[in-house]
Amino acid sequence: MLADKDRIFTNLYGFQPWNLKAAQARGDWDKTKDLMKRGQDAIIEEVKASGLRGRGGAGFPTGLKWSFMPKEPREDRPSFLVINADESEPGSCKDREIIRHDPHKLIEGALIAGYAMRARAAYIYIRGEFIREAETLFAAVQEAYDAGLLGKNAAESGYDFDVFVHRGAGAYICGEETAMIESLEGKKGQPRLKPPFPAGAGLYGCPTTVNNVESIAVVPTILRRGAAWFASFGRENNKGTKLFQISGHVERPCVVEEEMGISFRELIEKHCGGIRGGWDNLLAVIPGGSSVPLVPAAEIMDAPMDFDGLKALGSGLGTAAAIVMDKSTDVVQAISRISYFYKHESCGQCTPCREGTGWMWRVMERLRTGDATIDEIDTLFDVTKQVEGHTICALGDAAAWPIQGLIRHFRPELERRIRENGGMMEAAE
Amino acid sequence: MPKVTVDGIELDVPQGATVLQACEMAGKEIPRFCYHERLSIAGNCRMCLVEVSPGPPKPQASCALPASDGQIIRTDSPMVKKAREGVMEFLLINHPLDCPICDQGGECDLQDQAVAYGRGGSRFHENKRAVTEKYMGPIVKTIMTRCIQCTRCVRFAEEVAGVEDIGALYRGENMQITSYLERAVASELSGNVVDLCPVGALTSKPYAFEARPWELTKTLGIDMSDAVGTNVRIDSRGRQVLRVLPRVNDDVNEEWASDKTRHHVDGLIRRRLDRPYVRKDGQLVEASWAEAFEAIRAANAGASVAAIAGDMADCETMFAAKALVTALGGHLFEGRQTGLAYDVTSLSAVNFNTTIAEAENADVVLLVGTNLRWEAPLINTRVRKAVYKKGAKVFGIGPEIDLTYKVEWLGNDASLVAKLPKAALDALKGAERPMLIFGGGALSVPGVHGAGLALARSVNAVRDDWNGFNVVHFSAARMGALMLGYSQPGGINDVIAAKPKLAFFLGADDVDFAAFDGTLKVYVGHHGDKGAHAADVILPAAAWTEKDFTTVNTEGRVQRSDKAVFAPGDAREDWSIFRALADALGVSVGFDSFDECRAAMIAAVPELGIEGLVDYGWPKDFNDLPKLPARPEARKIPSPIKDFYLTNAICRASPTMQRCSDELLHGVDFAEAAE
Amino acid sequence: MADAPNIPDEAEVRARWGAFAWTPENAEQAKVVIARYPAGRQRSAVMPLLDLAQRQVGAETNTQGWLPIPVIEYVAAQLDMPYIRAYEVATFYTMYNLAPVGRYHVQVCGTTPCMLRGSDDVMAACKNRGMVKGKTTPDGLFTLTEVECMGNCTNAPMVQINDDNYEDLDYDSMTRILDDLAAGNQPKTGTQNPKRHTSDPEGGPTTLTEMVSANHDYRKEW
Repeated sequence: MLADKDRIFTNLYGFQPWNLKAAQARGDWDKTKDLMKRGQDAIIEEVKASGLRGRGGAGFPTGLKWSFMPKEPREDRPSFLVINADESEPGSCKDREIIRHDPHKLIEGALIAGYAMRARAAYIYIRGEFIREAETLFAAVQEAYDAGLLGKNAAESGYDFDVFVHRGAGAYICGEETAMIESLEGKKGQPRLKPPFPAGAGLYGCPTTVNNVESIAVVPTILRRGAAWFASFGRENNKGTKLFQISGHVERPCVVEEEMGISFRELIEKHCGGIRGGWDNLLAVIPGGSSVPLVPAAEIMDAPMDFDGLKALGSGLGTAAAIVMDKSTDVVQAISRISYFYKHESCGQCTPCREGTGWMWRVMERLRTGDATIDEIDTLFDVTKQVEGHTICALGDAAAWPIQGLIRHFRPELERRIRENGGMMEAAE
Repeated sequence: MPKVTVDGIELDVPQGATVLQACEMAGKEIPRFCYHERLSIAGNCRMCLVEVSPGPPKPQASCALPASDGQIIRTDSPMVKKAREGVMEFLLINHPLDCPICDQGGECDLQDQAVAYGRGGSRFHENKRAVTEKYMGPIVKTIMTRCIQCTRCVRFAEEVAGVEDIGALYRGENMQITSYLERAVASELSGNVVDLCPVGALTSKPYAFEARPWELTKTLGIDMSDAVGTNVRIDSRGRQVLRVLPRVNDDVNEEWASDKTRHHVDGLIRRRLDRPYVRKDGQLVEASWAEAFEAIRAANAGASVAAIAGDMADCETMFAAKALVTALGGHLFEGRQTGLAYDVTSLSAVNFNTTIAEAENADVVLLVGTNLRWEAPLINTRVRKAVYKKGAKVFGIGPEIDLTYKVEWLGNDASLVAKLPKAALDALKGAERPMLIFGGGALSVPGVHGAGLALARSVNAVRDDWNGFNVVHFSAARMGALMLGYSQPGGINDVIAAKPKLAFFLGADDVDFAAFDGTLKVYVGHHGDKGAHAADVILPAAAWTEKDFTTVNTEGRVQRSDKAVFAPGDAREDWSIFRALADALGVSVGFDSFDECRAAMIAAVPELGIEGLVDYGWPKDFNDLPKLPARPEARKIPSPIKDFYLTNAICRASPTMQRCSDELLHGVDFAEAAE
Repeated sequence: MADAPNIPDEAEVRARWGAFAWTPENAEQAKVVIARYPAGRQRSAVMPLLDLAQRQVGAETNTQGWLPIPVIEYVAAQLDMPYIRAYEVATFYTMYNLAPVGRYHVQVCGTTPCMLRGSDDVMAACKNRGMVKGKTTPDGLFTLTEVECMGNCTNAPMVQINDDNYEDLDYDSMTRILDDLAAGNQPKTGTQNPKRHTSDPEGGPTTLTEMVSANHDYRKEW
């Protein structure tokens, strides 16, 4: 188990105040100037060396992403850092804890990351429903300005840097980086076509990097303790510590920071009091937030919780948000509810997602009650394949995968319901 | 130039081309719904998917992907076929099966593509989505359940029309295209969204349920409702023109047409002059052609004859009338009905020299006394393009109006042309491609023309590769009329002063007819409008859709239009009227057929024989331009157009134009009537 | 469209809200918001300003607030953007109410993590108080909406009522919260599980236990 001294988010549960004074007592904003003095390229190299992969779900190497930003931004085309705090993936609730309990880690990280990528300012896009969290974040940013840690000559580094907070207003899709940029520009959150990528033309057409809250908030600690320290945790290509969020049918759901690659069993036993009704009662787990396919109990139990470990199971780490389902779960309903979520959150821009999410959800609802025919399971699978990989952004994939996972692992259950509903007959026509 | 391979065909494509364009260059047809050459790329329909390597292992939207060197593109692979079939299925699941009652039927992209990519049957067992209709105004009929959310109409309204009135509300499967609060779209270009709509969601309201496309005879024509010379296709059935659609001509109208161009044609079957009339005892009474000719002969006008051309007069008509008047010994010709009398000794000084297509490359623009949006809507879109694509700055002298782009208004005072504020003058002087545009209203103020030429000289608006001096005419007949000598030094007042005994009015409705008291007024035209009411003899003629003709637009572009239908009743093509009248009056016009008439016209004015831009010969030296007064007095510049939708006799007979005028310009509420 | 909001009659709304203008405090706040974005990019402020406007309408009507058409137009005009673009934004994001809501907007999360831990019971507690999804109670007190994941998944099930979250709910605690609100009392926000502080495991954290009682500085142990 990860030692407490190696945990980055020490005020994760908010037992202590979030404010600047308390944060500084915990080590935040400690000689930030010296960290920045190492130089922009050195910071990027350090982050690369740490093996930090983006914590928002896709797992793109963070340092590499920063290195795509222009080394000499033009006066009329400043670079921007956009921090993705639009945490909306069902199962995910880690950024909220960082923002409301340890906001200064994020703000300090914003300054350092922004400096490293030569950005002029950071916009923290926080989901609209995080109302109290946003209040905390606004106040924390103001504290940082008042203490000279942001703005002109931020933290006496000689670098001018602003951090602005922008509240969303209820749209999961704004967690997609280009939709977020559109939304920041005051438009509907509809993803943009790529290319061009944000590093070339992002916010206001300027070079932009979008990073997850956790990716940014761990950076100051990585720099303070060194890339080697961070890289000492986890397996090759899956380094560091990570905030895990365990919801659903465990005895004690919680958010906890652990070492990457911790086995699912250890994670649950150590922090969550085990599976409700014991391990034999485990049905399946959605290990990385709603958009990754579920994994049946037998396969997940001893699997390492990291990018490659879960990829090997046909699923993914996503945001490390494990949704645990015991055998009392109506697994079809659980996935159908996720399908409804994606139907509700589709931006409506491109055809496969706009039309496919509604279709998939409606068929799922009929499969839930068994009001379908056996061949409709295949049709549904086919429809998910017609959505997957054909959309502008990844929401289409995210809507397709949970259903594919369900059909792959629980087809007998689907067929059972159809049979019991008397639907053995081939299609009604 | 990147080299790419499309289905095994290697080819070089221009830098900046998209994969879709590369495929088209290779002769591969790429299905698409949202993509349109003249709009921004949305990439949302996902129909144009192709397989591209190197790249991710999934199909790519070819419309949005730049072609780059070494790409191997497949448009015919199983992956591509499957992907397109999938998209097609998604498009169809919520699309109603109402093709038999849909006006788009037969010219529907979705229908056409469904043949190629659709499944035989439906796998969709849920309820189809229904969407309420949205009121969009007098031109556009909506059946929004058919909408496939391609957003072409939204992009057109924003990018081309410059009227941000159309948007997509809500999200996901509930996304709906609508005008703001379902109000009429306040644009003179709204009808273009009907053409752009790839399905039957937006169709033409005046044309609703009129015809199927395969029933229609298609004739290539040139619109005569303004001086842009919009290239159109006239769709007719039997003797009736049912609709007018724009044709692509990148030099003129790209592929747009104003709502007037499209929809004034329903006036062609109303208030027509379909037989001759002769005024007897103050009343116009029906007459035979012989009686009408006799009435003209009886005037014994001798050489005291004049011809006044109206705004829609074509070149052959004006030439034929001139031939007759000349044969009679007359020499009074004028086309500027309303009294304009600007100097025309150099036609290049009254031409739109920049050319319409080049107007979008201007970087500083000065508009003088012109409501470009009404006088030449498709030149206005070019200026708008200059503003939005090239960052052009626009100054204006005249009343402050919304031209759909930002104009820095300098005041409504003609004298400003001679003493431009420093900022505007400096901007023009510093411009790489300065463009001055003078409206007809501006030229009505003495001194403006001369001051304008002086300004063009002082800001160096005319260079070896750029001529920035422009007059925008509103009358389709104007440049042709001037080339054919329809101009008096003092304008129509010279004609009035000469008190001709006989005058021919060639569809001229805007003349001050009272000034022609004592003249036998012969109206040769097609509509019972102001000119006919004032006439002593009416000779029923053909409207522009009912004859072959030549016309010259405001940039001096000679274009030809073909006859789509026959004129109604006893009405005749204009040239033949003058030919017959010549016999009745015992003179010869020198032609016996339309071809001979046109040949004679070309012999007289050779430029009219060559389609394309006429070179009016802008002099090498400004000093060789006519010396004109250049001190305009301080007064307001009048507008030549009071009502965009009712500018000519056909429009005034058109119920669609009348309704557009009532609703869009005078605020009469028709929205409720839609339900 | 089943879940389309019932947009109120335009004429009535214009009569009531046509004269909408910022309160002096909100006018100041609007300036602060606009200043967050680069010059000429004031459109970026449309979302925060719509939120501000909704709150002002809420304050005037003693509800959570909503966005009448003239109010959307007021915001659009201030930002120099076409009305349709502001209206698109208002209809795209779920937090803008396009029709009036009650004093308390009860937003029950029904997405899978909450569903797994009993959001149906929370919803039942609401329904048993006479609340109907998508409707406002006749007394104008409560509007019930089922919303999608609110990001409190380890404290599921949860509800957001106006600006506050109530977490780790069950039928009884939800009933009690609604009773308190109806009685004009402010219930405890956050977790309703007495054995939890925030997102820590029930019964006390398994990690970082020093933090419970003091602001521990772990750097000494590095």
